[in-house]
Amino acid sequence: MQSAPPAPKTHTEILRDLGRPARREAQATLSEVFAETVIDAAPVGFVLARLGPVGKPILWIQDRLSRRETGRPYLAGLPEGTEILHIEVSRPIDALWAMEEGLRCPSLGAVIGEVWGDPAVLDFTATKRLALRAEAHRVPAWLIRRAASAGLSAARDRWRVKSLPALPEPDDLRAPGAPLWQAERFRSRWSRTGTWVARPEATGLVLEHGIAANEAPALQQRA
Amino acid sequence: MTQAGKLPLPSAPTTPAHRPSGARPQWRAGSELPDRGEAPPPQLTRRITAIHLPRFAMERWQRALARRGDAPPEDIPQALATEGPHGPVIHATNRAAEEAGISAGARVVDMRALCPELRVDYADLAGDRAALERLVLWARRWCPWTAADLSAPAPAAGGVAGLVMDTTGSDHLMGGEAAMLRAMEEQLSTLGISASPATAPTHGAAWALARYAPPRGLCPPEALAQVVAPLPVAALRLAPQTVLLLQRLGLGRIGDLTAVPRISLARRFSRAPLAENPLLRLDQMMGRLAEPVSAGEDPPRFAVQSRLAEPVQDPTAWLPELCRELCGGLAAAGFGARRLTVSVYRTDGEVSSVSAATARASRDPDHLCRLFEGRLERIDPGFGFDLITLAAPVVEDLRTIQTRLDRREDDGAELARLIDRLAARLGPGALRRPDPAPSHIPERAEAWAAAMGHPKPATGSTPAAPRPLRLLYPPEELRVLYAVPEGPPAQFVWRRLTHRVARFAGPERIAPEWWRDRPGARLRDYYRVEDQSGRRFWIFREGILGDGRGHEPAWFLHGVFG
Repeated sequence: MQSAPPAPKTHTEILRDLGRPARREAQATLSEVFAETVIDAAPVGFVLARLGPVGKPILWIQDRLSRRETGRPYLAGLPEGTEILHIEVSRPIDALWAMEEGLRCPSLGAVIGEVWGDPAVLDFTATKRLALRAEAHRVPAWLIRRAASAGLSAARDRWRVKSLPALPEPDDLRAPGAPLWQAERFRSRWSRTGTWVARPEATGLVLEHGIAANEAPALQQRA
Repeated sequence: MTQAGKLPLPSAPTTPAHRPSGARPQWRAGSELPDRGEAPPPQLTRRITAIHLPRFAMERWQRALARRGDAPPEDIPQALATEGPHGPVIHATNRAAEEAGISAGARVVDMRALCPELRVDYADLAGDRAALERLVLWARRWCPWTAADLSAPAPAAGGVAGLVMDTTGSDHLMGGEAAMLRAMEEQLSTLGISASPATAPTHGAAWALARYAPPRGLCPPEALAQVVAPLPVAALRLAPQTVLLLQRLGLGRIGDLTAVPRISLARRFSRAPLAENPLLRLDQMMGRLAEPVSAGEDPPRFAVQSRLAEPVQDPTAWLPELCRELCGGLAAAGFGARRLTVSVYRTDGEVSSVSAATARASRDPDHLCRLFEGRLERIDPGFGFDLITLAAPVVEDLRTIQTRLDRREDDGAELARLIDRLAARLGPGALRRPDPAPSHIPERAEAWAAAMGHPKPATGSTPAAPRPLRLLYPPEELRVLYAVPEGPPAQFVWRRLTHRVARFAGPERIAPEWWRDRPGARLRDYYRVEDQSGRRFWIFREGILGDGRGHEPAWFLHGVFG
C-alpha cells in the first residue's frame, strides 16, 4: 500500500490562511484552559462543548496527579459516540511528548492534555511546538491546567473557566439542570478577550453575554 | 556575470555521512523464504554439528579466578571435585593434572597419592549448567536449532559439556562447513573456551567425531560407515559398564561391532535401555533410528541478521537496513509483523535483546524502525557485539487492500501507528481505551482495555439519568451532616472543604449485581448535588439504615459533573 499523507502546511501558508477571518474560527490550534478550583470539572465540559461533535477518536492524556485528584474521564457522561484513547503518564515531559505525537496523526479528532501545576518543561517553547504542530496538521489541541499559574505560553487562546449555578430543571425546581460556566478569555491571539457565560448546546458551545449579564442566572435562581 | 561570480555547482550527492560497515543483511537460517520449496526428508540428509567443550567447567573456574585477580598458574595440577558416595570425586582437571595422570571419576584421595601437589577445589555444577544454557543462546548466532547436548551417559569423562546444532542449510552463510567449524572454534576460543566441533549426517556420528577424531572432523553422508569404523566403542555414547563389557568381548572398535551379525548382538542386548544398548546406539549413529535435535522453541519464521566486521556498541545504524530486508520478505509472503525483537550477540558470550509490538500487523520499514527509537539504549551491549538479528516472532496475515480511491491512507492505519509509537515509549499498559460494557454499576459500565488489542463492539446501554464527566477511582468517603434521614445530606466535608448542598436531584437507586457481587454488597442511592458555588457532584449513600448489612450507611463522592 504505497500512498503518501498530504504534506503538512508551511508556516507561511498557515499565516496566509489566518489572514482570512472566515478561516480563523475553523482553524485547529492550541488552547489552554485554567481551572479556578482543582475539583471543578467545568473546564472538561467546556473543552468538550467547544470541540463539538468530532466523530473521530480523542487522545486524552493525563499525568498521574491529575488522574488521582480529579478522576478519569467517564465514557457514559461524555457526549454520545465519543471514542477515547486514554494515556496515563507519570512525568509532564511524557505528557507533552505524547501530545506532540498525537498531533501528528490526522486521524484524531482532538488531543486533550491535563497537566498538573507548573512543571518547568511546560514553557513557551513547548507550547509553541504544540501550537505549530496542531496548526500544521489541523488537529485541535487543548491543555487543561489545574493548580497552575498563567505564565508565559504560546497558546493562541487562554481561558479561565469555573462553574456557575446551573439553570433550573424545568420539571423539578429543586434540581440543577443544564450546566452554566463562567468563561474568561484573558489572552487571545486573534479574538476578543472578555468574560462570558457559556452553555453547551447540541451544536457546540454558546457564549451568551458579557460581564454585565452574567449575574442573571444566579439572580433568577435566588428569586 | 563574471566567471569569478559563479557559484560552484552542487556536486552530486555522495555516500551518506555515516554508512555502517559490515555485510548487508541476510536471511537467518531457519527463516522460511517465500520461494524456498520444502524438500522431502529422506535419511542422512541432515547435517548435525556437535561441539565438544572438554574443559568447560575448569575454564569457567579459571576465568572466575582471573577476574578476581588471582589467576591460577597453568603448570600446577588442579582439579575440581564433587561429592561422591565415598568422599570427593574428581570432576574436571586442567592440562597439568591430566599429564600427571589424574582422571575424572576417580576419588580425590587416590589421586592425592598419585600426585601430592594436586590442588582441589569444589565444582559449581549449577553454575556450570546455567553458563551452558547462556552459551546455547549465544551459539544461536550460527544456527537457530541449537541445544545443550544432554544425550551422553553419566560423566565418565569429566567434560560432558557439549552443544549440538542442526546446521542443515546454515553453513553457506559462513562460507561452507569447513569455514563454519573453523569460525566456531575461533570464536569460542576468544571467549576462553576450548572447543572441538565436528559435522556429520547424524547426531551420534557428530558426537563421536567431536570427541574421538582429529579436530574439525567432517563426514560426508556416503562415507559415514568408513569414518566411524576405526572409532572406539566408547564413541557410541554408551554407559561405562557396557563399554567394559564390549571390550571384554573383544569388540574394541565400532568396525568390529558392525562386523558381528546383528542377530547375535540382539540376543544379548535386546532388553537393555538405550544408554546400555550398542545396537540402538549404532542405529542412531547410522541414521537408521531418528534422533532429531530439539532446540526448545521453534525459530521465528521471519528473521534477518547482519554480521559485522568488528564489534560495535550501537546497533542503530544497522536497523533501517534490517527492517527493509525483513519487510521485503514479509511483503513477499503476505504477512505483517505484530511483534519484533532485536537481538545482539555480544563478544563476551551473552545475548541481549529488546522487543517492540504493533497494534496492527505492519510491514512498513520506516514505521517498524521508529518503534525502536530511544529503546535501543536499553540494550546492554557489553564490550560490543558483532551480530545483530531482527526477528518477527509473531506475524499476522496482511493482504494488500485498497480502501480508498484518493491517495490518502485510511484512518485505521494511521491510528494504529500512533498507538504503536506511544506504546513503544510509554509501555503497552499506559495506553488504554474505555469500551462501554453492559452493567448498571457505574464503574463497571466501562471496560478499560489495552489499546493494543483489537477493539470490541460496543455493548453498553445509555443510562436514563445524567452521568458525570469524571469518575473517581475509588469513590472517596465523605463526612456528612444529615438534614433528613432519607434525602441527601445538607452539608458534607470532602477533602477538608465544607460543601453546602444548595440543590439536588435523586435518588437514583442502583442495586448490586447479585451474580457478581459478594453476598454482603449493599445498594447505592445516587444523588446529583450542587454546592453553594455551583459545582456539581455525584454522591451516593451505600446501603440504607436497617437493611441488615452492616452499620450506618456511609456516604461517598463518586464523580464530578461539568
